[in-house]
Amino acid sequence: MIRFIARRLVETLLVLLVMSVCIYGLIGLMPGDPIDLMLTADPHLTTADVVRLKAVYGLDQPLVDRYLAWLGAAVHGDFGYSRLQSQPVLQVLAPRLGNTLLLMGISLAIALAIAIPAGVWAASRPRSLADNLINLFAFAGMSIPAFWLGILLIILFAVTLGVLPASGTASPGVNSLADRATYLILPVATLTIVTVGGELRYVRSAMLEVLRQDFLRTARAKGVSPRRVLFGHALRNAMIPFVTVVALDFGTLFSGAQITETLFGYLGMGKTIYDAIMGNDYNLAMVGLLLATTTVLLANLVADLAYAWLDPRITYR
Amino acid sequence: MTVPIGGALAAAARGPAGPTGQYRTLRQRLGRHRLAVASAGLLALIALLALGEPLVAHWLGTDSEAQDLLNRMQGPTATHPLGTDDLGRDLLLRLLEGGRVSLGIGIVVAVAAAVIGTLIGLTAGYFGGAVDTVLMRITDGVIALPHLPLLIVLAAVDPTKLGLPTDWAQSSMLSFWRIAAIIALVGWTTVARLVRGATLSVREREFVRAAVALGAAPRRIMFVHILPNVAGPIVVSTTLSVGGIILLESVLSFLGLGIQPPMASWGNMLTNAQDLIWSAPALAIWPGLMIFVTVICCNFLGDGLQDALDPRA
Repeated sequence: MIRFIARRLVETLLVLLVMSVCIYGLIGLMPGDPIDLMLTADPHLTTADVVRLKAVYGLDQPLVDRYLAWLGAAVHGDFGYSRLQSQPVLQVLAPRLGNTLLLMGISLAIALAIAIPAGVWAASRPRSLADNLINLFAFAGMSIPAFWLGILLIILFAVTLGVLPASGTASPGVNSLADRATYLILPVATLTIVTVGGELRYVRSAMLEVLRQDFLRTARAKGVSPRRVLFGHALRNAMIPFVTVVALDFGTLFSGAQITETLFGYLGMGKTIYDAIMGNDYNLAMVGLLLATTTVLLANLVADLAYAWLDPRITYR
Repeated sequence: MTVPIGGALAAAARGPAGPTGQYRTLRQRLGRHRLAVASAGLLALIALLALGEPLVAHWLGTDSEAQDLLNRMQGPTATHPLGTDDLGRDLLLRLLEGGRVSLGIGIVVAVAAAVIGTLIGLTAGYFGGAVDTVLMRITDGVIALPHLPLLIVLAAVDPTKLGLPTDWAQSSMLSFWRIAAIIALVGWTTVARLVRGATLSVREREFVRAAVALGAAPRRIMFVHILPNVAGPIVVSTTLSVGGIILLESVLSFLGLGIQPPMASWGNMLTNAQDLIWSAPALAIWPGLMIFVTVICCNFLGDGLQDALDPRA
């Protein structure tokens, strides 16, 4: 088990290294560099200034040398400064990663709390009215564009009813849990609705798969109550594939969170990465993307471990 | 080297039962799925209207990019059946043009992704061993990554720095092909895994062994003997992927990184909608509704196809 985790961590590092090369290269292909931006902001800069500044920041060097310099510094824990925030990158990102994990965690928890019982219920009476309605709801959730759903929720709750804030993370100058919560309601609702549809479908199909199996007939035959068959025997087995799917969908959840954060002006990782790319804040974009990838890869590792825990037949070496 | 062998073996090498019977059953099973049939009809209607946009424009006497700043954000009138947007452009025509773009991207990307995925899946499944391991690790890696932030980085790349000529880099069609290319880049994984799995099982069947015995080249075995037998899952998965692709395109366009105005897309029509919620709620409702209806129809159709192919699931 320890060896398995160690190997997976090494693999994760390898993926991150490959990602960092790709992203650095892609960022090098984006229009303009920080000095070009300074030039547009300050027309008094002369050509000589530009050349000098590019030399100071190393922007006259080839891309490969710049990447190696970045990597060397990163290995020593120096991820550079954010151009927009004028702060070390990690100092900018740490609280925002927290905000994103909070948004994703609450949404995922609510989505699971809806999807698991509803999926089990639908699978226990296939093709019934309840099953069809649940299915319809699941399809609607999977098909609605998150940003449009967010706009509709803003129209309803912020503009028409005026009961919830339309955007932001917290009221300026207020530092209370209740205040944070009001800002979380609409983003969480949006992310939950677009997440729950897929999960419902997974639970339902995993349950249908298990319900066909012989050991359930045996359980029923020996007089186990229907509820215990459903939740004790069937659900436990259906959860095994489901856990993997949910973990593999962690990247999708992050993408959903990014749309939600950008729409609601919620200061999380997704919005930060988007703003950094739009504002040519390369250091921030680079580290933000790597941090997001790390989070997703670690979630996948946790899922693999949960897989072994749920199914004692599986061991990792 | 081709050695003529007895008829039975050659017949076996041609593969299992002919397609006609198979497809008739498939059509009948799909026909029972009323939601899927209705969805297919609605999708065909949307596609027809979108393709007929020039006709509608001619009939209304305007076009989707003509601005009329004196008649901004108007309600429905005789000349503008759904009213006008914040630049006085006809909303119906822009919706139809957006439909052409969104459906076009959905289909182009789904097919491109299916081709990439099929090639990778066939190669991994047929050759196995180290080839399989490497290809599947890459596939797993791409599946696990958070796609939207990556697509945003890819969409922000300056095409002139890739050596594309400037006039081409600034043409409006570039945004279409660029968004199509980058979505296809992350969209092939589902098909690759499916095809690999199916190839692994088909590879061991007698008619494939017969073809190997007859001396067929790997390429011929993969495309002539294996591919037709994994076509069903590919079609289902491709149909099911169209909805997700349209969603991705619309969110990237919404964020200003996809289809660039003046070309309309359902996503970029919503970019300003948030600011105009009070003055023109119709601008926020219609494009989103079109995305929602189109995507849900694609998903219903894909689900129906899946049921028809595999009635157990």
